[in-house]
Amino acid sequence: MPVEIYKDKFTGKVLEVILGATKEQGGTRAYTVKLGGSSTLPFLYYEGELPNRPVIAMEVWDIKPQWSSSFEPYYGDVWNDPVAWAKKAEEYGADVVYLKLMGADPELENSRSAADCAKLVKDVLAATGAPLMVEGPGFPEKDNDVLQAVAEAAAGENIALGAAEKDNYRGIAAAAMMGRHCIIGRSPLDINILKQLNIMITEMGVPINKVLNDPITSGLGYGIEYSFSVMERARWGALIGDKMMALPVVCLAGPEAWRGKEANAANADAGPGWGDEKDRGIIWEAMTAAALLQAGGDLLLMRHPEAAKLVRKQIEELAVPNKY
Amino acid sequence: MAFMMIGERINGMFKDIGEAVAKFDPKPIQDWAVKQTQAGAAYLDLNVGPTAADRKKSMEWMAKIISEVSDVPIALDSTNYDAIEAALQVIGKPGALINSCPNERAKIERVFPMAAKYGAGIVALTMDKSGIPLNADARVAHAMELVAAADEFGVPTDSLFIDPLILPCNVAQAHAPEVLEALRQIKTLCDPAPHTTLGLSNVSQNTIDRSLVNRTYVVMAICAGLDSAIIDVNDETMVESIATADMLLNHAIYCDSYVKVFRQR
Repeated sequence: MPVEIYKDKFTGKVLEVILGATKEQGGTRAYTVKLGGSSTLPFLYYEGELPNRPVIAMEVWDIKPQWSSSFEPYYGDVWNDPVAWAKKAEEYGADVVYLKLMGADPELENSRSAADCAKLVKDVLAATGAPLMVEGPGFPEKDNDVLQAVAEAAAGENIALGAAEKDNYRGIAAAAMMGRHCIIGRSPLDINILKQLNIMITEMGVPINKVLNDPITSGLGYGIEYSFSVMERARWGALIGDKMMALPVVCLAGPEAWRGKEANAANADAGPGWGDEKDRGIIWEAMTAAALLQAGGDLLLMRHPEAAKLVRKQIEELAVPNKY
Repeated sequence: MAFMMIGERINGMFKDIGEAVAKFDPKPIQDWAVKQTQAGAAYLDLNVGPTAADRKKSMEWMAKIISEVSDVPIALDSTNYDAIEAALQVIGKPGALINSCPNERAKIERVFPMAAKYGAGIVALTMDKSGIPLNADARVAHAMELVAAADEFGVPTDSLFIDPLILPCNVAQAHAPEVLEALRQIKTLCDPAPHTTLGLSNVSQNTIDRSLVNRTYVVMAICAGLDSAIIDVNDETMVESIATADMLLNHAIYCDSYVKVFRQR
């Protein structure tokens, strides 16, 4: 007896957002990446269209981070050279470079100025071919200054600027509009705020197909199931026709996974059965990313090159048409 | 699925539209098309009214001038199916709505194949030559036959908008709860379920506060399974009530601007 596969029929779909601009498009990127476009839940190729695979972005800081020693063999020689670091991220297979301007933190002794940030972004763009995302230090006033300068310096490159939040989105939205860049709207695991923020950003005049959503995803073991529910609910909203929920989702898998003690603990501090510290953090990050892929993540920000490799392999295995 | 409002205002029964149709003056018709589009109409009802000399010619002309100013699909409201077919040809793309067809075999044979041919939806009425039944079961029996007809003629069931026909509460008050029960049952007839619709303003004919009666009944009906209605989309309070009912039924995710979002489609 033939088995009839149940298929959901949706009326909506996720908007497609393009990151980067090639020479023909007014930028200098070697290629662009397309995010979103799905008309069904993740990887259900038999049910709808999933024109774009999830994309891997890799994290680059503008100052030396206090990260686990397991990063040393990969980035140890470029900690103090963000341009070289970005090139290395590309070599490790980053589809997108995600530059975090942590050095612009106004509380640091030698806080990086907006002009310096702009110059750094230009240098990174000159040295790499991947589309770029730039996040400010997370202080509203400084974010505005920095991202306005960055938007100007990167005019034409169609980078993504972040992160716009409910109480601090105007300056970043203005910067994105001025430079015709994309914007990352970040909401604190709250679907109602996520939707409201998208409305406010687009009411400022940012085209809807320039908006990405970061719903703040937790790491494995720290509430990832809650993130999963929020993302699933948002995607469901998009698929039943809610345009203000229908935006590609950015997941900060790496940074969140590496906040967990399980990812970082040395063998001496590890619990029973935790496994060797050399692999543990990598697996923790890859598992976090794997769950977020199933929840509908369109762009995964990864930190460890080995974790990125594992996730890439998983995407390749999952992103196979399975028409019944 | 968000509630779909069918804007009722382009109807020759209204004096300004009636005059515009008689004189072939596009302005009042196009103004209302734009105004209702901005108010969030999912369809624009088009009814040439009783004064048009040549209904076919008027309907073609109105469909053309409405399409010039709005992308919102048109609900072609007429009992003259040749006029509707002429307008469908003018529109030239799928998605329009044929308003309406009762459960009468001859009319079904005229309308359903036409809907399939042009990719149009159908407002199908739960009545036949003997009129509108009072009780819910008889309404649902008509609906079942209309669903079967859709299947027979290759019209997807979600292109069917079943109208269980509400009557004025001051002359036929007993119909209001029967229509609600019919709506509940119609939604369980098939998968995907047909859409449901009502000529909502009918419920409040000659009542003292029409807007109050309309908006109260529409919320009750949405709760019972109504997912579209021919209404005054510029009745702000009513649209706010519909948007809120839609949100509270979890058809749309809450956000502070949810009413505004409801109007933008």
